[in-house]
Amino acid sequence: MSLTKIKFDKKIVLSFWIILIALIIAAPTLLPVFRLNLLGRYLSLSIVALGVDLIWGYTGLLSLGQGIFFALGGYCAAMYLQITSSSEFPNNIPEFFALYGVEKLPFFWEPFRSPVFTFFAIWIIPALVAGLIGFLVFRNRIKGVYFSILTQASLLVFFNFFNGQQKLINGTNGLKTDVTQLFGQMVGSESMQRIFFWITAILVIAAWFFAKWVVKGRFGNILIGIRDDEPRVRFTGYNPVIFKTIIFSIAGGLAGISGALYTVQSGIVSPQFMTVPFSIEMVIWVAVGGRGTLLGAILGAVFINYAKSLVSEALPASWMFIQGGLFILVVTALPEGVLGWIQGDGPRNLLQRFGLKRKIETYPSLEVNNKEGNHE
Amino acid sequence: MNNKDLLNLIDITVSFEGFLALNKLNLNLKKGELRAVIGPNGAGKTTFLDVITGKVKPNRGEVIFKGKSLVGRKEHKIARLGVGRKFQSPRIFENLTVKENLEISVTTPKSPLNLINKSIKDEQLNEIDRLMKIVNLSQKVDSKAGSLSHGQKQWLEIAMLVGQKPDLMLVDEPVAGLTDEETDLTADLLKSLSGENTVVVIDHDMEFIRRLDSNVSVLNQGTVLCEGTMETIQKDKKVIDVYLGRPED
Repeated sequence: MSLTKIKFDKKIVLSFWIILIALIIAAPTLLPVFRLNLLGRYLSLSIVALGVDLIWGYTGLLSLGQGIFFALGGYCAAMYLQITSSSEFPNNIPEFFALYGVEKLPFFWEPFRSPVFTFFAIWIIPALVAGLIGFLVFRNRIKGVYFSILTQASLLVFFNFFNGQQKLINGTNGLKTDVTQLFGQMVGSESMQRIFFWITAILVIAAWFFAKWVVKGRFGNILIGIRDDEPRVRFTGYNPVIFKTIIFSIAGGLAGISGALYTVQSGIVSPQFMTVPFSIEMVIWVAVGGRGTLLGAILGAVFINYAKSLVSEALPASWMFIQGGLFILVVTALPEGVLGWIQGDGPRNLLQRFGLKRKIETYPSLEVNNKEGNHE
Repeated sequence: MNNKDLLNLIDITVSFEGFLALNKLNLNLKKGELRAVIGPNGAGKTTFLDVITGKVKPNRGEVIFKGKSLVGRKEHKIARLGVGRKFQSPRIFENLTVKENLEISVTTPKSPLNLINKSIKDEQLNEIDRLMKIVNLSQKVDSKAGSLSHGQKQWLEIAMLVGQKPDLMLVDEPVAGLTDEETDLTADLLKSLSGENTVVVIDHDMEFIRRLDSNVSVLNQGTVLCEGTMETIQKDKKVIDVYLGRPED
């Protein structure tokens, strides 16, 4: 199936953007608070999905451990919020420490007093951790299913560590953010949530453009080259280790931003962000939306999660079956995902099958086919 | 060994779990030479290329290229030193267009920063145009490489090899699956590349090798059996025994 992009008219593109921006601005008035909050959370998940698409859709690295970087970003944001809102608590440190008899703030909390440090930490720390894990794995030429297993194992290591460290980061209870203060306002308040929604919407668009910029041109072509035939890339003089480390690190950074935005909108970060099913779900969003399409990752993350909450409200406990079914459908019938199918020849083939559209009359490969014999 | 040599393989031994793929192989290449390498199946022809390009590390022996040892260097470093390779079956990037494939090969330096920051240089674009003309793919610039015919893929890969500007080109079975006409053109192309470049061609096709009109090394059981012109080779008794079977008429 070809992946040729549909060429849109400039006017259509422009009106699409105008409508989109209008919807983003108007969303808080159109949607009830509860729905707006859900939409904001799902939009923030689409940023981690963009990262998954970069490493899996473009570079062929199926990571089942993106939850690590997602949670790291969330913890960075939550630590800042907790520590700046802890002036009324004993020893001026976050409340939960008292439960475990901790009187002195653990050293690694200190830098999170600074908003500037936190702003950078949210994406740089996950990116560095991803870069380090990635470099060690890629340097040893661990590929394919071994890479996936290794990322999942790393996820479990992180999960168990965070889950067990009550005295450092409140262990399995996680860090609450909704009752903390930011710029004199309660983070969980309606007005703050509205602002977070807008920030998220802007960052999703920014992340999308950034990802498009990364895969555009020769850098992106090398990523595709690594996905399709890594040894060939190597014999052409490129070092795939560097390219894979960079893109894995970028995906980690995106996951961190995503996790921070998700945390402030769901009100808590906990080791639950590092469970195995959640990281696998991220892959499913991208698979359903369309690998290697970027936009498909965003749409997949938002629509699947919205469907999940709607279905769960109507028919509790049935969502897992629907999600599993979706994944099987995509793997068997739509290997390119929904957007990949639309961008390819999917709709035309379907209409043809039902006799609603005439077959193309020219056989595609009959175009002027210069014989190599004419050379010189 | 003398300093006119571009490549020296000295006593190369490669063993795969006891099986000697290469056994004390010695081979020297002069700058600008065109050399054909033939041999029966399992003679070690592809392993010989794997050793030079760094895919396989020899158990013993030394590979000297432009005065530097290649043993233990990573593949991409060897490629950057000037060793280019064309694979047996066409290895092109099928999901990229013809032009994008060639961009990958002509781009220098091959660092991520250069690729993401700067657009391709004009001289490299001109080089791509020149290459596409040589291999007659100018009208396929924006076609997906996967949609090309087998012959066109082979030629695209040769163009990618030339675009890398290697000092040493290693060409593994370039005419497998090509028509007679295409085979002749490929032979002419490779001949025209030698002189400026040093070219090693591995193939089975005797007609093609004859047309190359070059020195021939015959490999058998991981070692060089005999070297010389096509005429010498065909008269050599050892070669007749192991490979040719009987002199061709």
